Amino acid sequence: MKRVYVNEKWCLGCHLCEYNCAFAQTGEPDMARALKDKTIHPNIRVEDGDDVHFAVNCRHCDEALCVKSCITGALSKTADGVVTIDQDKCVHCFTCVLTCPYGCILPTEDGAVTKCELCLKTTKGKPACVAGCPNNAIVFEER
Amino acid sequence: MNYVIIGNSAAAVGCVEGIRQVDQKGKITIISDEPYHTYSRPLISYLLCGKTTEELMRYRPDDFYQTNKVETILGQKVTKIDPDAKQVLLESGKTVSYDKLLCATGSSPFVPPMKGLETVEQKFTFMTLDAATALQKAITPASNVLIIGAGLIGLKCAEGIFDSVRSVTVVDLAPHILSSILDEAGAQMMQRHLEKQGLKFYLNDSVESFDHNTALLKSGEKLTFDQLVLAVGVRPNVSLIKDAGGKVGRGIVIDATMQTSLPDVYAAGDCTESHDISSDQDRILALLPNAYLQGECAGKNMAGASCVFDKAIPMNAIGLLGLHIITAGSYEGEEKCVQDKESYKKMFIKDGKLKGYILIGNIDRAGIYTNLIREQTPLSEIDFDMVFEHPSLMAFGRGYRDKVLAGK
Repeated sequence: MKRVYVNEKWCLGCHLCEYNCAFAQTGEPDMARALKDKTIHPNIRVEDGDDVHFAVNCRHCDEALCVKSCITGALSKTADGVVTIDQDKCVHCFTCVLTCPYGCILPTEDGAVTKCELCLKTTKGKPACVAGCPNNAIVFEER
Repeated sequence: MNYVIIGNSAAAVGCVEGIRQVDQKGKITIISDEPYHTYSRPLISYLLCGKTTEELMRYRPDDFYQTNKVETILGQKVTKIDPDAKQVLLESGKTVSYDKLLCATGSSPFVPPMKGLETVEQKFTFMTLDAATALQKAITPASNVLIIGAGLIGLKCAEGIFDSVRSVTVVDLAPHILSSILDEAGAQMMQRHLEKQGLKFYLNDSVESFDHNTALLKSGEKLTFDQLVLAVGVRPNVSLIKDAGGKVGRGIVIDATMQTSLPDVYAAGDCTESHDISSDQDRILALLPNAYLQGECAGKNMAGASCVFDKAIPMNAIGLLGLHIITAGSYEGEEKCVQDKESYKKMFIKDGKLKGYILIGNIDRAGIYTNLIREQTPLSEIDFDMVFEHPSLMAFGRGYRDKVLAGK
């Protein structure tokens, strides 16, 4: 399946992917207006070291421990392999936070859990993080 | 192939999904003494406090049995397994034949003998949907509820009813709450949080005797209550396997393929003993994720694939009145701890590997720690000081990141 893959050496650490992700989730037409004075909860997060930067988001694992461990059945896999979450079923127990080996499922301030769904529910086509990356540090492709 | 599954919860669902990954055609029959569509047992406390509904707490979609071509016999108890004739006997007298059988019978609340318990009219356990709805019907805004047991079940029950009753008091023999998953310092932090919101605790104490609506504690304290909840512990339901001549310890004994000592009979979930790799000991891991993973592994093997599940560890994620706990592994070895007002973090390191951890408050990216335990990663391969500070993939080598993030 197509996933978001990282080209670590090309990542500048600009964090634009985080903003594009948060913006895509709002469904608003204007990024500045949508995100101004807001704490963003992106589903892709950049880790910054001294000279190393890279973005991390859901790996949509073939053997997804989060899905198998979810106590409610809120997490499931689509026929295409995308790990999606049904927010109505989720009770915020954080068992997925306990089991995701890469730390890609994130609690938000209101207690809900959020994760990358490859923009299934936002835009069509390319995930917004990849579309907005200025340096090809993340790509959306089969590997 | 004719598959029969006794049980209809996480292990059973895992088994169905495991079988169907390998065998699309075989006949699957689920038999359960509960008359309901598969539901998530841990959600009964969320149901009581209104965070879910009976519809939303269904563990799989309404068309699950149809999609997976599963026949169900619900509301019927299995009374016997006959491994020689390869059939199970139902309480109705009917028999059901199998080629491969899964025993996913779960566990039952353990109620120790207590003096005068028979005089208590309104007493409950807290394990099933029926038990939860019975409790829900009994309580009123004026209720004073007494819970025996300050473990996961007792405290989730306390949270579930907390806003619907006048008071909740919890008694436990252990010196601190959540003694199966927390150390003393962590438990104290949690207890303070719960007490601040109004929960009352009597620890290091137990009920000497009941007299109708009064409990006399060993300490001499007298407590009056309207409803009593018994949440002392659970016992694996092993009798079907035991009576059939299968090997049983504290739970049903299974190998890494989830097979019991009986031919063509598998077992998964709370009724079994698991091998905990963090302590290298066999123990009961009554956890939903473990049940699913065991069930799925059993299902694949029942359908002829070759699968082992040999990475079981204790792990828990639990929130109580707004404060979250995540724990995993076993608590042995050298300790490394940081604590402030709002969070608590303790790690246990032995033989150069992470064996266990406790997080309270800040639980972000905890799975990175769980993975270190599960994969038994030598800590010399990573920057452990960095990962202890904040779980990150930066603390791992470039090779690991290339594999995980770049698919190389």
